[in-house]
Amino acid sequence: MVAVAPIPPFETFYAEHAPEVLGLLRRRLGSDRAEDAFQETFLRALRAYGRLRHGERLRAWVLTIAARVAIDAHRRAGEPTEELPEIPHLDGRPPYEELAFLTDTLPPKERAAVVLRYGYDLDYDQIAAALDSSQDAARQAASAGVRRLRRRVT
Amino acid sequence: MTVPADLDSRFRDAAARSGLLDASYDVIESEVGPLLAAVTDRGLARISFDPEPEHELEALARLAGPRILRSPRALDETRRELDDYFAGKRTAFDLDLDLRGLEGFTLDVLRELAKVPYGATATYGELAARAGNPRAARAVGMVMNRNRIPIVLPCHRIVGSSGQLVGYGGGLERKEHLLRLEGALL
Repeated sequence: MVAVAPIPPFETFYAEHAPEVLGLLRRRLGSDRAEDAFQETFLRALRAYGRLRHGERLRAWVLTIAARVAIDAHRRAGEPTEELPEIPHLDGRPPYEELAFLTDTLPPKERAAVVLRYGYDLDYDQIAAALDSSQDAARQAASAGVRRLRRRVT
Repeated sequence: MTVPADLDSRFRDAAARSGLLDASYDVIESEVGPLLAAVTDRGLARISFDPEPEHELEALARLAGPRILRSPRALDETRRELDDYFAGKRTAFDLDLDLRGLEGFTLDVLRELAKVPYGATATYGELAARAGNPRAARAVGMVMNRNRIPIVLPCHRIVGSSGQLVGYGGGLERKEHLLRLEGALL
């Protein structure tokens, strides 16, 4: 049996990632707008937290949610958006880099789903929470993206 | 980068209001030391004399679920009643209790314990008898020792057969302090 990281109490998760999430949101949105986005990010995470099946890769998960919240805020303000979440990495190359050249022509949602699934190895429930959609929609976006890539590669 | 205190507390308030938390906790100052108190949607679930959250959160998560956050606002009523109690202005608590997971003799004992009035004491044997098993004084001792909600479920009022204090999960000094506060000890 493979040991899987248990889901930490939300307090532990929040305390560990709140500073980094706020940093990302301030870079994306500026200090003022970052505050509402900070609250929205952790409320989305809290909403999805009960559906998590394990505590793996929670950092990538919450930074993805934050990036999506920032995109939504840009959209509401009618500003151009970067679709692919920028996820700071601790060491080495971020795992999505290898996928980037393949996926940068995909529609935004498919691209995010493919990168999160295959670049970050997140589960569909985590991807769904990050994209603020259902698990089925996340799964469909990832497989539509993969089909589209296959057609292009072959 | 640190999260500014007002932003942090706004999120904690919003989380408590959202109804999404399995449990909220806070550390409450009292004259018997800081107390960690936790509430769920069912009521007060825990009071601990050990205020270090990391010692309590895992057990609380097993009981209620992992969505646990420190949220002072959610503990307002608990804090108010405890403050009144320690100020000598309150002799009974009006708090709902979350006793999930407890059953049988343990639950019977805790229900009888809740009826032991402010300023009074009872012996382990008496409490055992009230719960329907006069020979179970030792088992009552175990139930007192594992009481998740001390002070509010007043296990400090339960003493040995000749009135000696015997033991207390929070230490005998605290038991003595609470009994003096209530006027049960001189």
